Amino acid sequence: MTNLAQKIISGDHRSIARLITQVENDDPDAVETMRQIHRHTGKATVIGVTGVMGSGKSSLIFELAVAYRAEGKKIGIIAIDPTSPFSGGALLGDRIRMTELSTDEGVFIRSMGTRGMMGGLTSALYDVVEILDAAGMDIILIETVGVGQDEVDIVKIADTTLVVLVPGLGDSVQTIKAGLMEIADIFVVNKADKPGVEQTIAELESMLDLQSGLDRRIPIVATSAKEKKGIPLLTDKITEHQAYLKNSKTFEQRRRQRYEAELIEIIRKRLMEFIFDEKKLKSTVDCCIEQISRKELDPYTAADQILGKILK
Amino acid sequence: MVKKIRVLVAKPGLDGHDRGAKIVARALRDAGMEVVYTGLHQTAAQIVNTAMQEDVDVVGLSLLSGAHMTLFVDVAELLQEKQMQDVLIIGGGIIPQEDVPRLKKAGISEVFGPGTPVEDIVTYIKKNVKR
Repeated sequence: MTNLAQKIISGDHRSIARLITQVENDDPDAVETMRQIHRHTGKATVIGVTGVMGSGKSSLIFELAVAYRAEGKKIGIIAIDPTSPFSGGALLGDRIRMTELSTDEGVFIRSMGTRGMMGGLTSALYDVVEILDAAGMDIILIETVGVGQDEVDIVKIADTTLVVLVPGLGDSVQTIKAGLMEIADIFVVNKADKPGVEQTIAELESMLDLQSGLDRRIPIVATSAKEKKGIPLLTDKITEHQAYLKNSKTFEQRRRQRYEAELIEIIRKRLMEFIFDEKKLKSTVDCCIEQISRKELDPYTAADQILGKILK
Repeated sequence: MVKKIRVLVAKPGLDGHDRGAKIVARALRDAGMEVVYTGLHQTAAQIVNTAMQEDVDVVGLSLLSGAHMTLFVDVAELLQEKQMQDVLIIGGGIIPQEDVPRLKKAGISEVFGPGTPVEDIVTYIKKNVKR
């Protein structure tokens, strides 16, 4: 076993941080360590927290982390913010709401940029979850970027997904739209200290009334991170959902889904590397573009030719 | 493999003014860096722990209150103690010229005063990151 893998399993924060940097940078040095830690994973509960920007996800995660710490659990937090498609830079500001946790030995927080990945996550996320799991975290909380209606990839990785809403986002038609509203295991109506909470909850309830074919009604929890309200109920609902997953065998199914997504992501990255790192291939592509613009070749034939060379 | 420069922009102590820190954070973002911003009122221990978990290449400290001789030095010492010498430490804010040599001796690599063009900070970081 590599030295780094041993330190990860013993829970050493510095080593966790280093390995996360390696996987974020697609550093080939990370591969051997990732191979070795895999057998030590599978124990952590992964909770995804998603919702529109400004809905209070960071504050909610802070409150959840405090509640789980009181039970003596070790917590890993991954907070994702958008990477600029223009500069490649990112401003990662989710820790601002979690300051009090930054000296707690039982909590590891990492901020990540999306680095060009769509869907509200970042490409290295699967690896980071494995690392925190192998390092002995009992609970892993993932904060997605502030999402629109269509960024739902968190379901591929989380055991339990919380969709965080706030009062006053729109009328009842919003609640029957596809996408974000379909992925909740628990709805959280945050900022419940603000007016309009009852209406938001009522609209969600009537949406859930129309849902058929589910063996479990999705709970709605009103919370206020500001007034520290609703957190015990939320942790209860998360525990209930975990029990439901295990009893209904959905748990195995979700884990398989995660590994499938992870495997496909690794293959996708490897393929991209293969395609774009190969200097010869790059010159083939350049050459094709030249021919395409002169109308000597069409893009479909060019793609067939290039793929033929790769898959040979 | 894509290496990005990661920077922690931190506000130690009781100083509640962070417009300068935010302007620098934004400029570094626009220069393609990943910037973690801590928010206000951080202790040295909080800053160093955050730097460790976030595995940053640079810690940028901003202070306008006058307590830099204590707080900047505390952060530098604690980083040293945790064997994080490969982290570049820079400072900014209202820092009298005569304090700069002592700060540099304590491990703050460079100090940027009011009126510094943000490009200078970007260039300095790119040139001096240690890993």
